[in-house]
Amino acid sequence: MSEEVLRTEHVSKSFGRVTALRDASIRLAKGEVLGLLGDNGAGKSTLMKILTGFHKPDSGKLYFQGNEISLRSVSHARSLGIEPVYQDLALINELSVYRNMFLQREIMYGGILRILDDGAMRERARDYLNQMGVNIPSVDVEISKLSGGQRQAIAVARSVYANAKILLLDEPTAAMGARESAIILDLIRRLKEKGEVSIIIVAHNYAHIFDVCDRVNLLQKGEITFDRSTKETSVEELMNLVLHELRSARQSVRLAGR
Amino acid sequence: MPGDEVDSLPPRQQADRRAKHRNLARRAWLFLLHSREASIAIAAILLIIYFWSTAPAFLSLGNVANLAEYAATTAIIAAGEVLVIICAEVDLSAGMVYALAPFVMYFAHEAGVPYVFAILLALIAAAIVGVINGFITVVLEIPSFITTLGTLFMINGFTLTISNGYPVQPQGTPLVTNLFGGNAISQISWAIGVTLVLQFVLVKTRWGLHTIATGGNPLGAAEVGIKTGRIKMGNFILCSVLGGLAGVLDAFRISSIDPLAGGTDIMFMAIASSVIGGTLLTGGSGTIIGAFLGAAVLGILKNGFTLSGVSAFTFDMILGAAILITMVINVRLSQLRAAGREV
Repeated sequence: MSEEVLRTEHVSKSFGRVTALRDASIRLAKGEVLGLLGDNGAGKSTLMKILTGFHKPDSGKLYFQGNEISLRSVSHARSLGIEPVYQDLALINELSVYRNMFLQREIMYGGILRILDDGAMRERARDYLNQMGVNIPSVDVEISKLSGGQRQAIAVARSVYANAKILLLDEPTAAMGARESAIILDLIRRLKEKGEVSIIIVAHNYAHIFDVCDRVNLLQKGEITFDRSTKETSVEELMNLVLHELRSARQSVRLAGR
Repeated sequence: MPGDEVDSLPPRQQADRRAKHRNLARRAWLFLLHSREASIAIAAILLIIYFWSTAPAFLSLGNVANLAEYAATTAIIAAGEVLVIICAEVDLSAGMVYALAPFVMYFAHEAGVPYVFAILLALIAAAIVGVINGFITVVLEIPSFITTLGTLFMINGFTLTISNGYPVQPQGTPLVTNLFGGNAISQISWAIGVTLVLQFVLVKTRWGLHTIATGGNPLGAAEVGIKTGRIKMGNFILCSVLGGLAGVLDAFRISSIDPLAGGTDIMFMAIASSVIGGTLLTGGSGTIIGAFLGAAVLGILKNGFTLSGVSAFTFDMILGAAILITMVINVRLSQLRAAGREV
């Protein structure tokens, strides 16, 4: 196996009396795409928020490129190259594509006046998006005029451009049709070919993302219950596992109802 | 249009020229569609032509000066309001700061402070109001509508208390008076200067970019690391200071400081100017040049109606209708813009 970039060991997190995550151990290799699957409330977002530095784990250890670390904040995680792409994408509808690409990393001149160098940003954004194969009418159009898939692609490209080492994608294909999903899945494939960035995709619709993942982990009730390479498993097997969970959940609801 | 060419087969040059014309017309239409300032500028020009044709005195030097004086201070406050409104907030207290600041200047001067520093103190007092507005809105998380409604009354009461409710007369040296709004040229220069500088800040600097981001997608802006609270705070301060500046300028123009001047009247005029000029109250989008033109249109309407003998009551009805019509057009235009995705 190639070089490891991220590992959690026995990470747990509770909120009051609710245990969101218990003893979760995951690992991520360089250039690997890991699918983190699970039902709503399984602990996916809690784990993600621990990896982005938003939550601190109650117990357990976090390793980044082989060294144990404790993430102080979201910006600390980001400075290490851990870049989350949230569901709302953190794009500003009213701004052009290139201004979004450089949001909070603007190219400027004029000292304390902080005047935007639109020419440079426009050119670099255009070059980079071409290189990544992201098709948009122009880098000057407002984000509001793009489709869902295009927006998602811009958000991902922005994070990669910002030297992300680990991309955390939160439900990248949520509420998207097949054509829109294809835009983002293509981009993930292209990133995979380059092999410079490792990706964790959080999803509860695993059929969409199964193909682009190297490995899948299943989170159930705050625990990793399944960890296998996509070559050694199938969408059907995952579905059976989830169905089983669903049945036992129904059983317990019925028992509780008596 | 490939079909056209096959049907008529015109000489190539002619086709080129026609295509160019079509292109030009299309561009003009797109410009009108996309530039929020263009439509309000056209409205202003049409109004000027109308009032000039009905009352030639409308464009007399004296009247133009009158008009400029009236529109200038509204435009200055409107510039600040635009920035606050783009953050998806609003400042209702700016008109009361307009009344407060000149009193601070007057009392400071009475106490022996030279005018230039007294004006500076007045602007600092205005800035403090901005800090209070910002703190309550950003840190205590009270909606700015409520925050500034509260400070509106507080500042009004404070101004009435320190002035005992009586107007005072500032005795500026001719230089200070002429520099700080004592005549129409000075007033309009301040307004144009503030407008151009802040429009530049809005469209070409990082502060403007982050202001738009803060109002356009507050959560997203915070997620990429923009300190949205700081942006809001800064714009509240700026808006207050501009309210204070407008008050000081008018104090020298009227050579009287009235505790009842400005207030909600000028504040609503400033917000109306912003909205008519194309700034959306929902945040994320606005233009300061548009607000300047909005203030000009309101000034032209008021002045023009006065000249043609229309009463102030009628003016208010027309103002209200103008706001509603502009808003309807704004909404329609943005729907058109959204529909024309590929253009």
